[in-house]
Amino acid sequence: MRYMMLVYSKELDGEMPAEEAVRIRAGHAAVLQDAAQKGILQGAEPLAPTTTATTVRMEDGKPLITDGPFAETKEQLAGYYILDCQNLDEAI
Amino acid sequence: MADVRALAEAVFREESGRIVASLIRISGSFDRAEEAMQEAFASALASWPETGVPANPGAWITTAAHRRIIDAVRRERTRRDKQDSLRYEIESSAPATQEFEEEPMGFADDRLRLIFTCCHPALNREAQVALTLRTLGGLTTPEIAHAFLVPEATLAQRLVRAKRKIQEARIPYEVPPVGRLRERLVAVQAVIYLIFNEGYSASSGDCLVREDLCAEAIRLGRVLCDLMAGDAENLGLLALMLLQNSRRAARVVDGALITLEEQDRSLWDQSAIGEGLALLEGALRLRQAGPYQVQAAIAALHAQAGKAEQTDWAQIAALYEKLGEWNPSPVVALNHAAAVAMSAGPEAGLRRMASLSSALDGYYLFHAARADLLRRLERRTDAVEAYRRALELAGNPVERKFLSRRIRELE
Repeated sequence: MRYMMLVYSKELDGEMPAEEAVRIRAGHAAVLQDAAQKGILQGAEPLAPTTTATTVRMEDGKPLITDGPFAETKEQLAGYYILDCQNLDEAI
Repeated sequence: MADVRALAEAVFREESGRIVASLIRISGSFDRAEEAMQEAFASALASWPETGVPANPGAWITTAAHRRIIDAVRRERTRRDKQDSLRYEIESSAPATQEFEEEPMGFADDRLRLIFTCCHPALNREAQVALTLRTLGGLTTPEIAHAFLVPEATLAQRLVRAKRKIQEARIPYEVPPVGRLRERLVAVQAVIYLIFNEGYSASSGDCLVREDLCAEAIRLGRVLCDLMAGDAENLGLLALMLLQNSRRAARVVDGALITLEEQDRSLWDQSAIGEGLALLEGALRLRQAGPYQVQAAIAALHAQAGKAEQTDWAQIAALYEKLGEWNPSPVVALNHAAAVAMSAGPEAGLRRMASLSSALDGYYLFHAARADLLRRLERRTDAVEAYRRALELAGNPVERKFLSRRIRELE
């Protein structure tokens, strides 16, 4: 979780304090636990359309609705595979 | 004649942003600059078939456009009020007779002036981004509308109002003084990001990946880093772009979209990856974490996986969690769900996506992502339905063609 460590760390120099490292690892465990529990927590509440937006920091409180270069959809799941069906009727 | 037109169009795509920036400096007007450039291109199409294509087509067009502007300004100068609505220096030295060689630094300065002018705080954020994308990014109005997920007419109006505002507010054409630079930077970063995004996954045209836009965004990103050393998000943004762009050669093969799982990783640009990783390290050490750095870290995790199976999806999902705190966007949430699906299974991803259906029903990637997870779960009927919905919404012909062919192969 090296990048997570770097993102969370507030220390300017040297090693992260042990307590903070433990806290961050615990936080990670909770995140992974949540995912393993099939997104019951955050996945359950629908996001209101008005909270949509921004890949820009909302400094003036006005967010932008934007797309972005996210590989997880654009390169991972957006590929359209052949559906492995023998019977078209079964598929449609 | 067709070749000349094709070449002129290629020059237009690649260089119009740079040329327009210098024309605005000379003329003091967005509209006059655009007009002069259109005329210069028309003149190129008229004369090049006979005189031959010049060795430096971009310079030829710049010179021709400059001449038109100088002529127009000289004609009007005597009539016009000295108090111009825009405080530009109008060059009275004779650029009309000067041939324009490649002047990278001069053009870079002009582009910076232009991008900061377009991102002036007198304009609202949406106008800033739209105007810069239009004049400097070289995007068309429909392309910008797609990036913003808004109707084209809305975007067109936004541009008209923005130009009028610049005129009326007498916004100066300059790079902000050092003291103001940081606050003006956020919009500039957003614009560069969006130009890159349009290049990374084009919303229209016959190429899915538009190298010219990605290259332009990266170039602007570098200039920004040079201009403002020590800004971690500038570095993060550049790292993100380099890392995502490193896979360019592997993503579309023979006009077909190739997923991460299937990409030939030997085609990934390792020097771009190396540079991106180093920039990210440098950024994170500054301890000013922010959304571009988090996105760069996600991109770094992909770049560092020698094989798809080695991708650290759990950490990617955790980073998306963090990103969502800064940017509570359904697009971010969708990609978070995708990462969760890859690390914890398709059902987990689908549950998260279910909560996004009202916000993202008009977003083709939402349906495509669902379709893929349904396919992995062998829920074929549901998958086909989702694929069809994605097809209805997908704008890029490469994506549409790919999907149509797959559906047709089943029939």
